[in-house]
This record gives sequence, structure tokens and C-alpha cells, in this order.
Amino acid sequence: MTQGKVRVLVAKPGLDSHDRGAKVIARAYRDAGMEVVYTGLHQSPEEIVEAAVQEDVDVVALSILSGAHLALVAKVVGLLRGRQVDDVLLLVGGIIPDEDVEPLKAAGAAGAFGPGSNLDEIVAFTLANIRRRGA
Amino acid sequence: MQPEGVTRIVVDDSRAGPVCGPAGARPGASCGPGMDLPPELPEHRPSGGERRARFITISDREIRPLYGPEDVAGLDAEEDLGLPGEYPYTRGVYPTMYRGRLWTMRQFAGFGTAEQSNARYKYLLNHGQTGLSVAFDFPTLLGLDSDNPRSEGEVGRLGVAVDTLADMELLFDGIPLDKVSTSMTINAPAAVVWAMYIAVAEKQGVPSEALTGTIQNDILKEYTAQKTFIFPPTPSMRLITDTFAFGAERVPQWNTISISGYHIREAGSTAVQELAFTLADGFEYVRAGKAAGLDVDAFAPRLSFFFNSHSDFFEEIAKYRAARRIWARGMKERYGAKDPRSWMLRFHTQTAGVSLTAQQPENNIARTAYQALAAVLGGTQSLHTNSMDEAMALPGEKAVKIALRTQQVLAEETGVTNTIDPLAGSYFVEHLTDQMEKEALAYFDRIEALGGVVPAIEKGFFQREIADAAYRYQRQVQSGELSVVGVNRFVEKDRARIELMKVSPEVEGRQLARLAEVKAKRDAGAVRDVLTEVRATARGRGNLMPVFLRAVKAYASLGEIVDVLREEFGTYREPAIF
Repeated sequence: MTQGKVRVLVAKPGLDSHDRGAKVIARAYRDAGMEVVYTGLHQSPEEIVEAAVQEDVDVVALSILSGAHLALVAKVVGLLRGRQVDDVLLLVGGIIPDEDVEPLKAAGAAGAFGPGSNLDEIVAFTLANIRRRGA
Repeated sequence: MQPEGVTRIVVDDSRAGPVCGPAGARPGASCGPGMDLPPELPEHRPSGGERRARFITISDREIRPLYGPEDVAGLDAEEDLGLPGEYPYTRGVYPTMYRGRLWTMRQFAGFGTAEQSNARYKYLLNHGQTGLSVAFDFPTLLGLDSDNPRSEGEVGRLGVAVDTLADMELLFDGIPLDKVSTSMTINAPAAVVWAMYIAVAEKQGVPSEALTGTIQNDILKEYTAQKTFIFPPTPSMRLITDTFAFGAERVPQWNTISISGYHIREAGSTAVQELAFTLADGFEYVRAGKAAGLDVDAFAPRLSFFFNSHSDFFEEIAKYRAARRIWARGMKERYGAKDPRSWMLRFHTQTAGVSLTAQQPENNIARTAYQALAAVLGGTQSLHTNSMDEAMALPGEKAVKIALRTQQVLAEETGVTNTIDPLAGSYFVEHLTDQMEKEALAYFDRIEALGGVVPAIEKGFFQREIADAAYRYQRQVQSGELSVVGVNRFVEKDRARIELMKVSPEVEGRQLARLAEVKAKRDAGAVRDVLTEVRATARGRGNLMPVFLRAVKAYASLGEIVDVLREEFGTYREPAIF
């Protein structure tokens, strides 16, 4: 079973400044009993991966409303692999058109959540898919 | 590992089970054309019963079933309402309102390169739009050139890319700046971009005195909501008071600031928070202008405002009416303004982007129309109506035309422009106006107790208030206490497909090529000299606008000028509060 609390990094990559969704999901995770680290705005993929390693998180949740999700997810996945991190659950939320969901999964995101997504379902999906801590 | 009560896992909406009625109420039921009727038809309620335990606005304000004379007992028609065009302007800032002149129809637009955006502006003007509104891309908003590594992948994506005066020349090519008013959504580097606009006009032969338009230039709400800040508050406020002083002298018809509640609301605030925080910011700019030695009546007439129009109809109308009254009273009684134009709160409105749904996107046309009606009944001076596709992308041509036509139908067909402030005297609307005024004043006291607007920002007060409201709203949608058609009510299994506009990835390459060409052609020595001058002025106390004008005319780039300021002023890093 789980050892300790689930740790989540909520991150805002790129110049995109729309942080409402990131903050709402961060609270939803916290209310569900997880430990949440929020990076704040304007983080580079390198900074996000560094934070994920330093904070030893189980989940990295990227919030992207700039349309740059495909490139940014690929970059974060590449950097995680470069650090031999292969058991972190990577999720992405934001303005994600339907046709980009499959490409995002192919790139290494476990789930992609577009506008109108349900908070409880995102939390449940996260808990059901965590790969670390013997879950 | 699942929390109690959650059995279904859905990654995206298109795979959600069909649901008719409140979310999850009847899994397996289907509805819509050609489908079975839902198993239970709604019951007719016996008299006295109500559909809900609480009737609330989207801002969690509880609304009673009926309002009457006792709810407006304290209202003094002369003192609290007055006549349109008269203090305290509750009923509108102009005596004739829309009988004299309709609101300006101004669609926020900008994407890709300057040429592409220029074509969109001409398209909108050709379809009856009456003013321009420029959207810049994120690198421009943050004072980064397109060739900065941080700009990679973001050039021209969510707005137009502007690096140098050459881009601004193309952006307004063939658009007579003495006839068209332009609003520019630019904040941290607003003074520099404004200098570019003035320089383009000069090249067209239009003197700065003839220019009309607005720069957003509202840094305080950047720290709390929109988040495209660069410098810390103190030097940012100096840039703003420099534009006030320069505008008063050289660009007298220009609105040097658009004090914005729009982004505060989009970030999740309630209607009252939008009202209170925006006006608190407004009064803070007045204090800053006075502290910089300016006469209040020299700059206050050019302060303008920008509000959201969200979906709760009457609450929005009351918000606009309360805003005018609070501003007029504050400016006259507290800040000693004597020119009536300093008392008038003139505002632009944009319908609520955050209310748009990706599900059943055509429904957004209806939402936007109701929101536009609220703005007009609230007495707006200009209006942007969102396009139906904006929950997913920047608007396409067809969608933006429907949005513009929505305003034209409102203006030309509905008759709501025939009389001024038609809801005045309504027990409900007057009561709500009064309540919202009181609640905003209570917020002013709390802000003052924290030491004022800037200390409250540094303590995270606004950010926390907004985040709390955003989360509460999301939970209320989640529980079904608040309805969103297509999301938690009347959900359809199949996603409607609409055509979305995509910005081509080649845009970035084209923009980089133009920037390289400008940099190669310009007089490098002149650029170096003028940047040295920018630095010297930034270190001193002189007005930065004249030197910005010289710098942009030498084709120094936005990024180069802002980099100098970054070195002199430092940068701001926000407390990451959620």
C-alpha cells in the first residue's frame, strides 16, 4: 500500500500566465489528501523536471493554455527520461483539443484533461494510475 | 485507491456516458433528438415548493424570491441616482447615452504576424466594427523579443508578435489612425508599445494630439490576476505615472490606462471582488499620480475602466451602476477632483471568456448575447463579444463575425438603446446596486487595514481571495448547485465539431527573419546610444516617454529596451499561492 501521502507537482510551463486551472486543481489534490507543490508561473521544462526530482513527486500535472502542449509535454518527458525518472505519472490539463489527446498520450502523458473536465474524476484518475509507492 | 463515491473514470468528455439532467443523476439515460425520452419527466411542483434549496448567483450571492419597496427605502433618487450625465452618474455618464452615440464595437484581435493581424483588422472594420483592439503574444506582453530563447514556440500564438517599430508599421498599414481608435492590451511594457504607436501615427502624418485610444497599462491587476508582470511595483508605478504626465501634455485624447476588472473576474473572483479590487486599483493610481506631483484633474479624466460581463444578468448590471457611483463619490469627496470628467467612470466591457464551454460550442453564442445585453443595460462605452470557438482556440473569421453581428442586432433591433438606464427604480436592481456598493466599501477597509493595495498584493490578499472564489465556484459546478449547460446539464455524448483557427508554425520563422533584417539594417551605433540614454533616464527621475520615443524610432527592439529596464528596475517574482 501507499507509504505516506501522494506527492504532486502542479506546474505552469512556458510564458502562459493563465493560472486559474492550475490553482483549482492544486486545491482539489490537496483536499483529496495529497501533498501539493505548485511551481508558480513561467517555468521552463528544465526547472519543472528539476523540481519534480528534488521534491520526489509521484505526479507531475502540467497546466498549459497556450496551445504549446504537444511540444512542452514531449520536452518534459524527454528530460524526465534523461534523469532516469520513469515512474512518475504525467498529466496535462488546459486548452487541449480532442484531436491532441491521443498524440499527448503517445508522447508520454497518462491523461489529458480539457475545458469542462470534472475535478473528482481527475483526482480519481490520478489515484488509480499512480505508479510509485507500491500503489 | 479510489475515494469514496467515485466509480467512473473519464479522461475526456467525449467518452463520458450520456447524461440527461444534473451530472450523474441518471447514468444510462439518454436525451436529445432521436433518442428516448428521459425516464422521468420533471414533476410539477405544488405551490410553495421551490426547485432548489438556495437560489444563488454565480458569485454565491443568495437571491430572495421577491424584492419590494422596503428594499429601496433608503434610496434617495436625487442623491444616489441623479440623472444620466450627472453626479453621481449611477444612471450613466452621458446625458443622451445610446440615443446620442452607440457604444464602440471593439473586438479584441491579434495573432501571428503583423500582416495577418492587419488583415483581420481590415476584415472587422469592413464588417462594421468601429474601433480596434490589439492582442499581443506572450513574448511581447513580457517584453521579450521573438528571438529570445524563452519565446520559442510562443511567437504569434495567442496574439500578434511585435518586436520593433517595423512590426507596428505593418500592423496599422492602411488604417488611418486619426479616424480609428485603438485599444492595446499591453501592461508591463505599455509605455514602450505606446511610443511605437505614436511613432507610427507620426509617420502617417497624424499628430499625437489627434490620437484616440487606450493602453491597458494596469500593472496592479497583473500582480493579482493576469500575471504578465515584469518589474516590481514601485518602478512599474513610475512608468504608469510617466504615461499619465506625457499623455496629459502630448496625447490629450488618449486613455492612458484601462483599470481592469476583467482579468480579476476571469481568474475566478466574484462580481463584488471584481468591483472592489478594480476600483481599489483605480484609486491607487490616483494616489500615485498625485504623489508624482500631478494635478488630479490633469490626468483623472483620461482614466478608463474595463469590466467583465458574466452570466448572472442582474448582478452584472448592478455592478456597473455601483461602479460609477463609487468612483464619482470617491473622486469628488476623497480625492478632491473638481472637473466632472474626473468623476465619470467610463468603461469597456468584454463578455466572460471563462463562461464559454468547449462542449456544445454554439451555445456560447447565446451566452455571449445575454452577457452583452447586461453590459448595454449597465451603460458600457464599448464592448467586445466573445466568439463561440474561444474555449478552444483564437476566433476564426466566421465566429468573430457572428460575435460582432450579435452586438449589431442588440444595437439595431432590440430597442434597448431607446431609453437610458431602463432598470433604474427596479426594487431588485437598486437594492443589488446598493448592496454591492456597501460590500465594495467594506473591501476597501480591509485593503486599507493591510496597508494599501501594494502591501495587500505582497501579502497575497487578492490572490487568495480570488483563488478561494474560483475553487468554490468549481465545487458548486461539480455538485450541480450551479448549472453549466452542456457541462453538467443537458450533456450530449457526441462533441459538436466546429472549425478552429490554427496559427501556423511558420509564423515564428517569418517573424525571426523580419527581426534579423531590421537589426541588420538599422544604425547600430544610434541604437547603442539611445539605449544608454534609456538607462540614464531610468536611473534618474525624468519622464521616460520621450526617450522611449527616440529609442523605438531608432528601431531599438522592445526586448532591448525592456532588458535595460530589467537591469535597472529588477524583476518581480510572485508568491505562488493556491
